[in-house]
Amino acid sequence: MYSDKVMDHFSNPRNVGEIEDADGVGEVGNASCGDIMKIFLKVEDNVIKDIKFKTFGCGAAIATSSMVTEMAIGKTLDEALELTNAAVAEALDGLPAQKMHCSNLAADALHEAIKDYQSKHPA
Amino acid sequence: MKRIYMDNNATTAVRPEVLEAMLPFYREQFGNPSSVHWAGRAVGGAVEKAREQVAQLINCSPAEIVFTSCGSEGDNMALKGTVDALREKGNHIITTAVEHPAVLETCKALEKQGVKVTYLPVDHNGMLNLTDLEAAITDKTILISVMWANNETGNLYPIEEIGAIARKYKVRFHTDAVQAVGKIPVDVQKANVDLLVLSGHKLGAAKGVGATYIRRGTRLTPFIHGGHQERGRRAGTHNVAGIVGFGVACELAGAHLETEGVRIRALRDRLERGILEGIPDVKLNGHPDPNLRLPNTLNVSFAYIEGESLLLNFDMKGIAASSGSACTSGSLEPSHVMGAMCVDVILAHSSTRFSLGTDNTEADVDYVLEVLPPIVQRLREMSPLYNRDEPLSCMECQVIRKVL
Repeated sequence: MYSDKVMDHFSNPRNVGEIEDADGVGEVGNASCGDIMKIFLKVEDNVIKDIKFKTFGCGAAIATSSMVTEMAIGKTLDEALELTNAAVAEALDGLPAQKMHCSNLAADALHEAIKDYQSKHPA
Repeated sequence: MKRIYMDNNATTAVRPEVLEAMLPFYREQFGNPSSVHWAGRAVGGAVEKAREQVAQLINCSPAEIVFTSCGSEGDNMALKGTVDALREKGNHIITTAVEHPAVLETCKALEKQGVKVTYLPVDHNGMLNLTDLEAAITDKTILISVMWANNETGNLYPIEEIGAIARKYKVRFHTDAVQAVGKIPVDVQKANVDLLVLSGHKLGAAKGVGATYIRRGTRLTPFIHGGHQERGRRAGTHNVAGIVGFGVACELAGAHLETEGVRIRALRDRLERGILEGIPDVKLNGHPDPNLRLPNTLNVSFAYIEGESLLLNFDMKGIAASSGSACTSGSLEPSHVMGAMCVDVILAHSSTRFSLGTDNTEADVDYVLEVLPPIVQRLREMSPLYNRDEPLSCMECQVIRKVL
């Protein structure tokens, strides 16, 4: 059902946890579908220096969360805002069709965290 | 890697004796039992012997058994066949909110054709209120359909009492007994049921064979029209090997019902105690009294974690179980059974079912109890719901989208 990459990120998720004094925090999810993702950011000079996640959800939800943290770290906020859910899924060699809907929210969580940072640090 | 199968409510392994009994019917005994020649004659007796074996397990006459392809066919046949045959009498069916989709989806299809269906609610333990059932009966009620045992929670419904109510109001009574037969004693006479559905692969027979008990004198329009097989009640060439194996599986189940029931019950209780005592924040789904559940079934929700990710971790350790989460049901909603019991939606996504079977041992249970706590703890530490101080943005509304 899942690609090897999904299973790799699911079994060994990268950047799990919280950042105590995070500069931005974003949470998205859908309790009904069973996926809730929370992303914590540390930002320096408009660049994502550290990123951590916590996820309640299925294999795809955990794998996409892990993948998005790898993709976002080191990127500028503008670059990170261009990351899409589709790109995350693609980086995992695809997700099963029924997972594209609710488990693929990781980029949304990242964007929420960036917006949270930006609202606290107006340009 | 160790392989532990605890998903016997989904399907069971074919018993070796069953497979042995089936094989000749794929080889030299290939005939069609409806044929008059030597090849047909050789297998006709085998089908009838299997019919006796099935009948004996549920205490009915062999003539009251009709072989089908599966439990879903049996349920479709019972419901649609009744609606058609009793058209003159009425158009109202009473069932429950926790039935298997084979009944629920059939009812929904019948509603589109104008049939009225009452779906009885259940309480938070998943049980029915028989006063509600009695109150729902009208002079248009043609069928009461209540499962014998629930596939997800293992809850046992008071079939004998429901049978007595049905008898009192002269309403036909159908029960989907797919999960009960072979696990607990099932007696159609005691229970006063008119239609009872069985499935072979739930009790050690092959997939693709089932049976429906049709009480003598019960008018039922055939679901599959065609040849004269099964006395005109179900057309289609017999799945001879499957039927023969089903008969053997029923005989084995009957012979070991008591000893296996006690043994498996002890294993289930050990697993239940171990989980509830060893892991914090676990909710039992189903009736708290283990006597009111199938002896093999345990359904629990591990708070803060989602069912599929738990199952995948189990799978990596060789353990096969199942979940009521949306991700494993193929839909976007968690289990309708958990929903009907008003289990919190997050906990419904965490619901995990262990259904034990003949092949399980005490060592299996101890292995599960050993590997389970660290898996649960690891997933909890990954969960934004665990040790959370702030309230979840909105538990009631569908979408949570919040910047903290």
